[in-house]
Amino acid sequence: MENERVEGSFFNSPADRNFGDVMVVGGGVSGIQASLDLATAGFKVYLVEKAPSIGGHMAQLDKTFPTNDCSM
Amino acid sequence: MTYTEVDSVEGEAGDFKVTLTKKPRYIIEEKCTGCTTCVEYCPVQYPDQFNQDISQNKAVHIYFAQAIPLVAYIDESCLYLKEKKCLICESVCQADAIDLNQTAEKVEINVGAVILSLGIEPFDPRVREEYRYGEFENVVTSMDYERLLCATGPYEGEILRASDKKHPHKIAWIQCVGSRQVIPGGNSYCSAVCCTYAQKQVILTKDHDADAECTIFHNDIRSYGKDFERYFQRTEELPGMRFIRSYTSIARENPETKNVAVRYSTPDDGVKEEEFDMVVLSVGLNPPADYEKLAEIFGIELESHGFCKINSSNPMETTRPGIFVSGTFQGPTDIPESVFTASAAGAQCGELLDYRRGNLTKERIYPPERDVSQEEPRIGVFVCHCGANIGRIVDVPSAVEYALTLPNVVYAQEQLFSCATNSAQEITDMTKEKGLNRVVVAACSPRTLEPLFRDTVREAGINQYYYDMANIREHNSWVHSKEKEDATQKAKDIIRMSVARASLLEPLQEYDLPVNKAALVVGGGIAGMTCALSIVSQGHEVYLVEKDADLGGTARRIHYTLDGMDVQAHLHDLIEKVYQHPLVHVYTDAKITDAAGYVGNFVTKVESERGITEIEHGAAVIAIGADVYEPTEYLYGEDDRVLTHLELEDHIVREEEKVVKAESLVMIQCVGCRNEERNYCSRICCGVSIKNALKLKEINPDMDIYILFRDMRTYGFSEDYYREAADKGVRFIRYEPEDEPQVEPGESEEGRPVLKVTATDYILGQKLEIDADIIALAAAVIPSAGTKEVAGLFKVTLSPDEFFKEAHAKLKPVEFAADGVYLCGMAQYPKQIPETISQAYGAAGRVLTLLSHDTVVASGSICEVDEKKCMGCGACLSACTYGAIEFREVKKDKKAVVNPVLCKGDGLCNVKCPTGAISLKHFTDEEILSQIDAAAA
Repeated sequence: MENERVEGSFFNSPADRNFGDVMVVGGGVSGIQASLDLATAGFKVYLVEKAPSIGGHMAQLDKTFPTNDCSM
Repeated sequence: MTYTEVDSVEGEAGDFKVTLTKKPRYIIEEKCTGCTTCVEYCPVQYPDQFNQDISQNKAVHIYFAQAIPLVAYIDESCLYLKEKKCLICESVCQADAIDLNQTAEKVEINVGAVILSLGIEPFDPRVREEYRYGEFENVVTSMDYERLLCATGPYEGEILRASDKKHPHKIAWIQCVGSRQVIPGGNSYCSAVCCTYAQKQVILTKDHDADAECTIFHNDIRSYGKDFERYFQRTEELPGMRFIRSYTSIARENPETKNVAVRYSTPDDGVKEEEFDMVVLSVGLNPPADYEKLAEIFGIELESHGFCKINSSNPMETTRPGIFVSGTFQGPTDIPESVFTASAAGAQCGELLDYRRGNLTKERIYPPERDVSQEEPRIGVFVCHCGANIGRIVDVPSAVEYALTLPNVVYAQEQLFSCATNSAQEITDMTKEKGLNRVVVAACSPRTLEPLFRDTVREAGINQYYYDMANIREHNSWVHSKEKEDATQKAKDIIRMSVARASLLEPLQEYDLPVNKAALVVGGGIAGMTCALSIVSQGHEVYLVEKDADLGGTARRIHYTLDGMDVQAHLHDLIEKVYQHPLVHVYTDAKITDAAGYVGNFVTKVESERGITEIEHGAAVIAIGADVYEPTEYLYGEDDRVLTHLELEDHIVREEEKVVKAESLVMIQCVGCRNEERNYCSRICCGVSIKNALKLKEINPDMDIYILFRDMRTYGFSEDYYREAADKGVRFIRYEPEDEPQVEPGESEEGRPVLKVTATDYILGQKLEIDADIIALAAAVIPSAGTKEVAGLFKVTLSPDEFFKEAHAKLKPVEFAADGVYLCGMAQYPKQIPETISQAYGAAGRVLTLLSHDTVVASGSICEVDEKKCMGCGACLSACTYGAIEFREVKKDKKAVVNPVLCKGDGLCNVKCPTGAISLKHFTDEEILSQIDAAAA
């Protein structure tokens, strides 16, 4: 994910400030992936998360099976 | 937008008006640096939600150490918010970021589409008193246990009991807590992940304490995912590990030791009680909290369990057009499904909004690069505390002081989190201010953050290869946590090495490669066609290559699914759309004879009924499906009453008398897999058997149906159909692999010719003999015959079971390690049709992240051949796994030449080169030797 060119956080004009292409609700692994894909593919995305940080339940996991990779 | 909730969504697809409420953090986000000084001084202790309330946090705190954004917030336990007292945080915050007068803020936004990735809520065992959760201190949930295991958890990675803060030695896991239960508060479905996460917890527990005794009490082990069967075996083989198939109850707590007694039964010993130091409840997945309210806000319908109601032929679709769903809100699933359904939902937004793609976004523009090649090196060193990760072990201020004494270092400072946005900005600012021309960040592994820091340096107008990373976390503080002084010395050594290398670094240029806008899809089954249609719906041409004369693949032999999808109708619809779409070019009876090129620029030769075609394309999708194992067991092929499930389904659909009028039918599971030769579970067969059993019961309710199984793996909502089959009288008999059922021709008592099936019934503890008119074998799903050939052509790799290997089991489930090549459907692993459809859309979504760009960037850190030194021996050619090196004739001599685009800079060739003709830029001998010299200095 880290090597992708993510665009989309720049506004053309102040009038566009509250105008986006897609709203993703939920900032867990699925919501983050959807947002990154869409932003990389040329859309402006609002990612809305109810908790104070994105990450969701996956961030709480120690490791992931079956490779035992770190989930962070 | 974190700490924000959705109030309402009005309007329609293409034009939604959304009202959001931004909850007050009582912290000004733009000002907070995440320094956590306020947290230190805050007098209020409050249970840490992120750590499952096991440890305490403060009223003002950061959600967790790696939170994004790394900004504090104040929760409802704050004294000022409750009683207008305290305000200590306000006085200690040097950034003036505290604002206790903040109020909730309404924000309105307009969007064209919405994706709901609402996730799950772990099952709360408090709703069932018998679990004693909250009552017995040493009964924890699996989510609690994850935090206990974790280095950032409540006891910093020590697994401790709540009652006495001692390490538990004997631990039990109880499976299916809140799952597979038809009782008030429970869920009837299988939560799909608990079997394997419990195994993971056992493996990790044994990492913490090799002598720990671990027991998993289960009903079936559902290792249905890719590589899960091997993982299960790995767990099973651990010393001190027991899997016990039994219902359990938590009997009592030992009043002195606070140990927990579990009651269970085994066929040999009957009911017994055993004490454990700790009991972990493997809790299932519930729909998100407040799901009914959420459904109302988004105007969508839910299925009967409270998850999102979806359409099997497009699982990303909700009942409201323009609103899509991804992840576990579709139903309990694992992480890879959550990832590819996200890409899939993205693809569908792309289809809907293609007309406005790129309108609101702008390329990033970097400042012009300053030419510093003639300057003396001026190195800046930034040493990261990584919160406590490094700072607690390494004396960071002394490392900074030391760095300043090193040659060419003109500036050094410490940072709390170098990767935080404000710190990265600080690196950029200081680079400009101090006129630095090389930057060293001493922090963590370059694997994760090097791209960020290169970007940071670029922002300062310096070539990004003038950057080096000194890893003082993974290579130092994490492994030397008990030797603080030595770790500090080692950190200095590592920094000295990095500085030595940085002095010699050279500026390198990256390549912008044009991207051909078309895609090639290999395989014309449901996966390939679904993927192709999504790509063309987003404006790109697709060449669809199918080896057979007709499109459809294995799905041509499937008529219905467990959840009632009409597969043939869906398939006809797909085929019609594929042929009608002007951007899809179909090649049937096709064979790929050659595939060359690289990301963005592939050239593939196809021989088909159209003749020989050379196709240029930017991306390739492998969707070649899978085959069915042809059994040699149970008289298959010798007796025509023995069928595979695909054959049985065909007979059922044609209402063939010998099948639908059969008095007795036996299904045998796990034929040809979960054995030595094929050490994996074919995932779909349990569901298929239930599907056919239910269909037969519908046609002929009097038929006796037996399913001989090892573990019933009806994961997720399929569990409901398993229950339905049992309720309708289908009999389930478990067998062990070392005591397989036996089949031989014979006669029933009434003299009817039958197949005699003998098996051991482990519940009754006796041999059973069943007279069967028909036997249906759950034959394994095996990799498609063309797998190896296709893998060779596209230079992609296979997993141990010879299905295609994705780039990352969890996070990159639809792409290969080779850039520009993607993967979907059964070619990756057996899966159900709705899963295949999701993954196919997912692959399309990922393809679009490539094809929507005009160029891709290739790295500057690649190999180069010095022609004068090359003697044309070819050692490098065989070393390269990417086919990046070829011979070129130079004055009658053969010389190796590196294709800079294909080269991944792995350096395999230059170590093989006997004359030292090849060098790897950014890792030259000179640079590396300087590091070694510095290490020895």
